[in-house]
Amino acid sequence: MYSEKVMDHFANPRNSGIIENASGEGTVGNPTCGDLMTIYIDVDDNEVIQDIKFETFGCGAAIATSSMITEIAKGMTVDEALEITRNDVADALDGLPPIKMHCSNLAADALTEAIKDYKSKKSE
Amino acid sequence: MIYMDNSATSPVKEEVFNAMVPYLKEEFGNPSTFYKLGRNAKKAVEEARENVAKLINADTREIIFTSGGTESDNMAIKGVALKFEDKGKHIITTEIEHPAVLRTCEFLESRGYEVTYLPVNENGIISIEDLKNAIREDTILISVMHANNEIGTIQPIEEVGKIAKENGIIFHCDAVQSVGKIPVDVKEANIDLLSISSHKIYGPKGVGAIFIRKGVRLELLIHGGGQENGLRSGTENVPGIVGFGKAAELAYEHLDENIAKLTELRDSLIEKISDRIPEAYLNGDRENRLPNNVNFRFAAIEGEGLILRLDAKGINGATGSACSSKSLKASYVLSALGLEDAEIHGSLRLSLGTENSLEDVDVVVDALDEVVAGLRRMSPLWDNENNESLELDESKFTDPDH
Repeated sequence: MYSEKVMDHFANPRNSGIIENASGEGTVGNPTCGDLMTIYIDVDDNEVIQDIKFETFGCGAAIATSSMITEIAKGMTVDEALEITRNDVADALDGLPPIKMHCSNLAADALTEAIKDYKSKKSE
Repeated sequence: MIYMDNSATSPVKEEVFNAMVPYLKEEFGNPSTFYKLGRNAKKAVEEARENVAKLINADTREIIFTSGGTESDNMAIKGVALKFEDKGKHIITTEIEHPAVLRTCEFLESRGYEVTYLPVNENGIISIEDLKNAIREDTILISVMHANNEIGTIQPIEEVGKIAKENGIIFHCDAVQSVGKIPVDVKEANIDLLSISSHKIYGPKGVGAIFIRKGVRLELLIHGGGQENGLRSGTENVPGIVGFGKAAELAYEHLDENIAKLTELRDSLIEKISDRIPEAYLNGDRENRLPNNVNFRFAAIEGEGLILRLDAKGINGATGSACSSKSLKASYVLSALGLEDAEIHGSLRLSLGTENSLEDVDVVVDALDEVVAGLRRMSPLWDNENNESLELDESKFTDPDH
C-alpha cells in the first residue's frame, strides 16, 4: 500500500518536535477524524525558514507527509513555502494511495497556517 | 514474528495440513460418486462432520458444511427470513454483530423487513430486558453472536436461547469467534442455528459450517445438485472439510488446556500493559471475555501507525482506527461501547493463539511500551514533560476535507 519512501519517513520521521517561541505555528485537523497536525517554523530576517518542526496525531501517511513537508520547506523562504501543494508532498513520497491523499493536504494546510501566523505576528 | 491477530485468521496446524494432503492428491474423489474413490471421500467428509458436531454438542446430521462463517450467517438469516415471511418480518439482532450479519439484515430491510438492533452497554454486553421488550408478534428471528470479534465480549446466549424458546422464535448464534475457544453447547443454550468458521480454529480458509437444529426449516441460499442433504448444493470442498474436521477434533481434545493457557497469557498481557503504559484502557468487559482477546485504547496516538510500527518489530495486531479502514470510519463496535472517535483511533486488538507464549507476552509489552512512547513523543495530544495527555483548545481544530 505505502511506498518505500512513505515507510521510511514514517519509521524515521524528520524534524518531529516543537519549537519554543516559534515565529509561527499552525494547527489543522481534528482528533475526531483521526488527524491532527501542528507545524512550528523559525523564520530569520531574510524570511527564510531556518528551522521547522512538526507534531502529528495520525496514520502512517499523516506522519510521513508531515515529515516530508518539513524536509521540503526547510531552507525555503516563506513565500516559496506557501507554494508547496499537496501533490508536491505526495510526489516527493513517490505517491500515496488515493484514500490517503487528504493527509498530504493537511500537511500543506498546516504549513500555510504556520506561515500565516508568522506574517500576522510580524505585522503586529 | 509474533502473531497476535488470531481473531482475523489463525495458522493451519501441522496435523490439520497432514490430514488434508491425501485429499489434495490421490484421494481426489467426488463424494457423490459411488465407486471406491468417491466412497473414500464421502467417508472423510462424514468423519469431519462428526468432529464438528461433537465440538458443539450437536447431532452429526445437524451439521451442514458451507464456504465459511459469512455464508453460514447469510444462510441462517436469509433462510429464516424467506421461509417465515408470511408469519412475520421482524428480526432482532445486536449493534455489534459481524458485518456478515449486519449487511444481511440491512439487505432484508431494503426488502421490507424490520430489524431491531439491540444496543450494548459500555462493557459490550446486551441487556436481556431490552431483548424481551423488543419481541413482537411478528418477530421471526433473533440473531445474537456468542463472542465479538473485536472486543471478545461474551453474550448471555443461554438466556437469549431460553427467551427465544419461550416465545417460539428461531435463535441464530454467530459462534465464529467462540467455537473452539470456549465451550459451546447448542442443546443447553437452546440454539436453533449456529455459524462456525474453520480458519478461526487453526483450520483452512474457505470452509465452515452451519448447525441447523433438527426440525428447523430454512429457505435455501444455494440451489443445485442437492449435496449436504439438499440444503447446500455444490461439490463438497473435501480437503477443506477434512482439515476443518481435524481442527475441530483438536479443538475439542485440547479445549480445557487451551482455555487455561490462553487465559494465562491474556491476563498477563492485560496486567503488564496496564502497569507499564500510562493512559491505556481495556475495551470491553474484563470478565465476560474470550480467553484470547486483548483490546486496549491508548490516549493520544493513532492505530494504523501503531500497527505499522509493531509490524516493523515483527508483531502482528489489529486496530479499530478510522484511518486503517477502507471506509475511513472508526470501529462501530467500539462506538457501540460509547467511546468517542478520538478514543477509538488509538485502539489495538491483540488476539492470542495457542502458538503464543509468555515470552511473546514480554516481548510484545516491551515493544508496545517503546512504540507507544515514540508515537506519543510526536503527538500534539501528549504532554511529553508530564507524561500525560493534553487537553487542547478545541478552537484550534479544523474540519478537514474528508
